[in-house]
Amino acid sequence: MTTAVPPAGSLDPAPPSPSGSSSSSSTGVPGKNARPTLKKPRRDGHSLLRWLFVLPALLYMALFFGYPLVRNVVMSFQRYTPTTYFTGEAPFTGLDNWRAVFSNELFADSLWHTAVFTVGSLTGQFTIGLALAVFFSRRFRLSGAIRAVLLLPWLVPMVVSAVVWRRMLDQDHGILNTALQAVGLADGGVPWLSSPSVALLSAIMVNIWIGIPFNMVILYGGLQEIPRELYEAASLDGASPWRTFRSVTLPLLRPVITVVLVLGFMSTVKILDLILALTSGGPADSTQTLGTVTYQLSFLQLDFGQGAVVGNVLIVISAVFAVLYLRANRADFGTGK
Amino acid sequence: MRRPRGIRVIAAATAALVPVTLGLTGCAATPDPGTVTVLNSATDAAEHDANQKFLDRCARPLGLKVEQISVPADTVASKALRMASSDSLTDILELDGSELPQFAETGGLRPLEEVGLDTAGFSDSATSLGSFEGTQYAVARSVNSLALLYNKDLLRAADVEPPTTWAELRAAAKKLTSGNTYGMAFSASPNADGVYQFLPFFWSGGGDEVRLDNGKGEAALTLWKELMGDGSVSKSVVNWNQQDVNDQFVAGRAAMMINGPWQVPVLSAQDKVDWAVATIPVPRAGQDAVAPIGGTVMAVPKSDDSGREKNAGKILTCLNSERNQLAWGESVNNVPTRASAAASYAEKHPELAPFVDLVATARSRTAKVGTRWPVVNDALAGAFQSVLTGRAGPEAALKNAQRQASAGEK
Repeated sequence: MTTAVPPAGSLDPAPPSPSGSSSSSSTGVPGKNARPTLKKPRRDGHSLLRWLFVLPALLYMALFFGYPLVRNVVMSFQRYTPTTYFTGEAPFTGLDNWRAVFSNELFADSLWHTAVFTVGSLTGQFTIGLALAVFFSRRFRLSGAIRAVLLLPWLVPMVVSAVVWRRMLDQDHGILNTALQAVGLADGGVPWLSSPSVALLSAIMVNIWIGIPFNMVILYGGLQEIPRELYEAASLDGASPWRTFRSVTLPLLRPVITVVLVLGFMSTVKILDLILALTSGGPADSTQTLGTVTYQLSFLQLDFGQGAVVGNVLIVISAVFAVLYLRANRADFGTGK
Repeated sequence: MRRPRGIRVIAAATAALVPVTLGLTGCAATPDPGTVTVLNSATDAAEHDANQKFLDRCARPLGLKVEQISVPADTVASKALRMASSDSLTDILELDGSELPQFAETGGLRPLEEVGLDTAGFSDSATSLGSFEGTQYAVARSVNSLALLYNKDLLRAADVEPPTTWAELRAAAKKLTSGNTYGMAFSASPNADGVYQFLPFFWSGGGDEVRLDNGKGEAALTLWKELMGDGSVSKSVVNWNQQDVNDQFVAGRAAMMINGPWQVPVLSAQDKVDWAVATIPVPRAGQDAVAPIGGTVMAVPKSDDSGREKNAGKILTCLNSERNQLAWGESVNNVPTRASAAASYAEKHPELAPFVDLVATARSRTAKVGTRWPVVNDALAGAFQSVLTGRAGPEAALKNAQRQASAGEK
């Protein structure tokens, strides 16, 4: 992990880094020799040029990511209400918003629901997506056609899928219960969306269905990258399919897997539209997530300060995973190449 | 107006989240002095055109033009806030009645008296819908409420009269339940739709939104719970919005339902179900049903240019003439707010008369709690949802709701 640090040092103003002798001795020497040569052109204005290339991206980041982020943090310490929009006044109230949100039972519940929803969705999406990707990586007739059909959930707008699922999961007249009853599996009908103990599970199920295509496509792409010879070698060695999967497929797929999981995590943890359309957070708040609570606080109760607090919590959670992802990726660059 | 929600909510949520978090503001072009702008939710083409006709008819004699900016109902408030922050708010702002206090509290609305609008002759309930802390900030052209709609054929076949009391309702619903058909349907979704439908029961039973746990609100929760326990109401009502309830009714899967006059066009357009309207049953015979009043109200935001405010005032005065109110009420199936216009409306549409009667006694959701309504709304939704799903008894649910509602009190 520490190998990642030196490149940043290339912008260090002092070329023969005084601390270099102590710190880089542990990480390995090669990088150290390369550094002074990198430094040199700086005086000819190359460095300035380099910064000019980076500048648009930096400005973009500052404007569209930095600014809202800072605003959101500041807002969470303010009494930010409709009045603010008219008068521009947003008095600072210290930790009031934070205290209010953290003492709200709904917040703790939604945190828990978000965790279950995210872990459940990711597990389901990933395992099914991977299974399908492996399945389709063999060539057979109609494979293309079936794959195209499997992509459909991805193409349908989230809200539309949710509304269709809401009909299908109706306790009395939904097609799912009708089918289950026809084969004698569920007598009174499963209360998919009308029981607080089942609704979150149903929401996870729908989200898995929505997420499978994404997982499948990316993992399928990753599988295509694995050289065929490795599989031939494995079969010559007499490895079982499971052993081949574990020792060839999984390790070589690792970088793709991290991408899929992290991107999946980011989009799942802030879920809002699916749940609003499916259950509106009910029944009895059993499907409230951090996303729906933010929506409720900000846009229904118009308490933008408290809404910002929940938003910040979401940002922190996402940021932690983004950092983990970056570190994992760096490790890949270090060892994989 | 409580309108069919569903997809709109999400579209609204997504649309609203992005710009507000960015803190960016809408374009603030300098408006033409001869044009009066209106922000409303008339996104439906037919409604937009009908509205434009009324607006034009009022503006032309004044030498003015009117321009509507229509956004989905759930985004009107956030759009208006964004416009306010860039000083580009329209001359007339049309909001849902339940959202008015939030805007009135900001001090950004001009009292109607100051723009020359006289609300004498309006029904009390309509007046309360547009006022905040004793000042009239907005005016409703027409209002709506809820009533009991029933399937005439099914009631005749089961030999049941439209129920007038809770006991009769329970008995009738039980008798009407058979096969694929439930006796009764209502929306108990955890949002404004469900709360709007719960209020006529809650209020008629003596419930109070200021003190949810005053000991009288439990009756309504018990009634809903019993209807579900009897099997007279689908367990899915906790997910149904008002649109879903209407769909069930039209499909013949519910013999009676609670709904509003905005469903009339849908109901009239089909010939599967022969329907009629009755007042919502009350706890004991002889009582008056207390239903919530809904609808949009029009306000005049403060402007640097008093001429613009005056123009807006003139347009509002014209829109609310007896003749225009009546014609507007008929076009949207809502009840005019001028007592005299309401009377002629009831005369011309006897089948909707129960709505007219209800509106006269109906209560504004925000009259008592004002800007705290959204919090109370959520607390009430939590109460009936937890009772219907068996998570809590009526008493505990309302105690909890009161705690939730007062947690936000400053």
